[in-house]
Amino acid sequence: MSMKMRALRIMLMIMLATLYGLSGVGDLARAEAEDSTPQIQRAAKVNTFNRLLKPPSERNLPPAEDGIHDPTSEGTYLLQSPREAFDSLPKSNSGNRVDWVKALEEKYIEPRFDRFDPEKKPMVFDLNIVREVKGSMPDVVYPHKQHTEWLDCSNCHPAIFIPQKGANQISMASILMGEMCGVCHGKVAFPVSECRKCHSQNKTAEAKN
Amino acid sequence: MWHRKVRTVALCAAFVSLLTTLVATGAHAEYGDVVINNYSDTAGMRPVVFPHWFHRVRFRCKVCHADIGFQFKAGGNDITMLKIIDGEFCGACHNGDIAWPVENCALCHSAPPGTPTQVHESTLQKLVSPDSSEPVSTKKPAEPAAATTSEK
Ligand code: HEC
Ligand code: HEC
Ligand code: HEC
Ligand code: HEC
Ligand code: HEC
Ligand code: HEC
Repeated sequence: MSMKMRALRIMLMIMLATLYGLSGVGDLARAEAEDSTPQIQRAAKVNTFNRLLKPPSERNLPPAEDGIHDPTSEGTYLLQSPREAFDSLPKSNSGNRVDWVKALEEKYIEPRFDRFDPEKKPMVFDLNIVREVKGSMPDVVYPHKQHTEWLDCSNCHPAIFIPQKGANQISMASILMGEMCGVCHGKVAFPVSECRKCHSQNKTAEAKN
Repeated sequence: MWHRKVRTVALCAAFVSLLTTLVATGAHAEYGDVVINNYSDTAGMRPVVFPHWFHRVRFRCKVCHADIGFQFKAGGNDITMLKIIDGEFCGACHNGDIAWPVENCALCHSAPPGTPTQVHESTLQKLVSPDSSEPVSTKKPAEPAAATTSEK
């Protein structure tokens, strides 16, 4: 195995291993900055139970507290808080913490398919593509159904994927770098940490070896 | 063999230190919020925050990314106010007909001055660099990762 490949493997391993936990590292910097407190309090602050994981209280924050809206601008206070909007939607474990597929299927939300006509329905295309995976991870099932509920064929074909089973080289490294499935997953659609949503088909006995 | 190992270890160390220093910015933003700042700072306006979550409750991706034609790339659409008042991009809806009109400057221009263009809470932002506005993600999605081809 070449040097380059080995480095790439190791980078990939570190990336996967850190995917779960990294949402809250900003807290570290903050905890270190405030150190005029007495020893005991400081020790408690430094040795919090979750050092890296973002606590539930810091998810889906209102705009004025989320770090990218200016709390000194009056417009910020007119915007909706995601927490309030998501309260009644089905939950998931990462990203917006909303299960968008379920929210759509069960009509919690009814996003328009046409800018003007609220009645227009998508042409859903029901075709699963199974991609076999080497090693221990279950095979990947790519479902056209859930995607064509939201997207147009031209969003993926041909710029991201040639529409032919097996014609595209896909790997976890490219997905993590924001290519292939990673154009959307890890940015707007559910994040890469949800391994089992994609790796959803257990291997058949003979495919295992 | 020996120097190979050293280089691998050095690479790991560099990567880990990168992780711990870089994750601090914008760690509380909502997943998928896009800050757009190609022109705003220079024009003396606050940069724009586009919330995906809010819009996807109301529209499928297809409406914006196929019908209106937004490219899948933060900052990649060269949006200006002239185009918006002519009905392009945000102006396709923020026209007083489908959604509130453009005179509500502060609802779109809502980020602190100096906030760089990027999509927030992305895998790449968390794993690589949150403050470089031209990271690997700006490569066109159509190019397959060069390194993966040699793997097989
Ligand atoms: C497909 C139509 C559409 C496009 C395109 C669009 N918006 Fe909107 N936007 C809406 C609608 C509908 C609302 C809700 C309006 C209302 O509450 O009356 C909205 C609301 C908003 C809000 C307020 C959210 C809140 O908390 O109330 C912001 C901010 C916003 N849009 C920014 C933008 C920006 C920036 C762009 C362009 C980059 C854009 N929008 C493009 C339809 C659109
Ligand atoms: C989110 C991205 C995405 C969207 C949207 C999408 N596709 Fe695909 N399509 C894929 C992927 C991924 C594959 C599998 C490619 C591979 O295996 O290399 C595929 C494969 C195909 C194939 C080849 C099937 C085969 O057996 O060889 C056809 C045909 C196809 N798509 C048609 C469509 C049509 C028609 C639409 C719109 C109704 C559509 N796709 C929408 C991602 C997409
Ligand atoms: C153009 C954007 C885009 C691309 C590219 C894309 N997806 Fe998706 N995918 C979505 C969206 C949007 C959803 C809806 C759920 C969400 O937003 O979290 C979705 C949903 C899914 C689901 C359904 C999960 C469920 O709960 O039923 C699976 C599985 C999935 N994607 C796998 C893949 C795989 C595998 C690839 C690459 C071969 C891929 N996607 C590429 C946008 C995309
Ligand atoms: C958005 C969908 C998606 C998610 C989420 C996802 N994978 Fe994958 N994974 C794929 C696809 C597609 C492939 C390529 C399969 C092939 O070779 O055709 C793959 C391949 C792999 C491979 C084989 C080696 C390689 O790089 O190709 C491993 C191991 C793997 N994934 C592990 C994981 C782990 C661990 C997670 C969770 C942290 C995960 N995957 C999350 C879609 C996904
Ligand atoms: C619907 C959202 C929206 C509203 C409302 C809005 N803008 Fe913008 N504006 C944008 C976007 C998106 C850009 C591109 C940002 C960038 O790249 O920096 C932009 C860019 C600008 C720019 C720099 C580029 C140029 O065209 O000169 C100025 C100046 C500006 N806006 C002023 C205003 C003013 C003044 C108002 C209120 C009358 C306003 N905007 C209302 C979305 C909006
Ligand atoms: C109301 C319009 C609108 C809707 C609906 C919408 N988007 Fe976007 N999207 C945008 C805008 C605006 C940008 C930023 C473009 C820019 O900065 O020039 C963007 C950027 C993106 C990017 C690029 C992020 C990056 O830099 O890598 C992705 C991926 C994306 N959208 C996926 C989706 C998916 C998936 C959906 C559906 C679940 C969706 N979008 C729904 C308007 C929309």
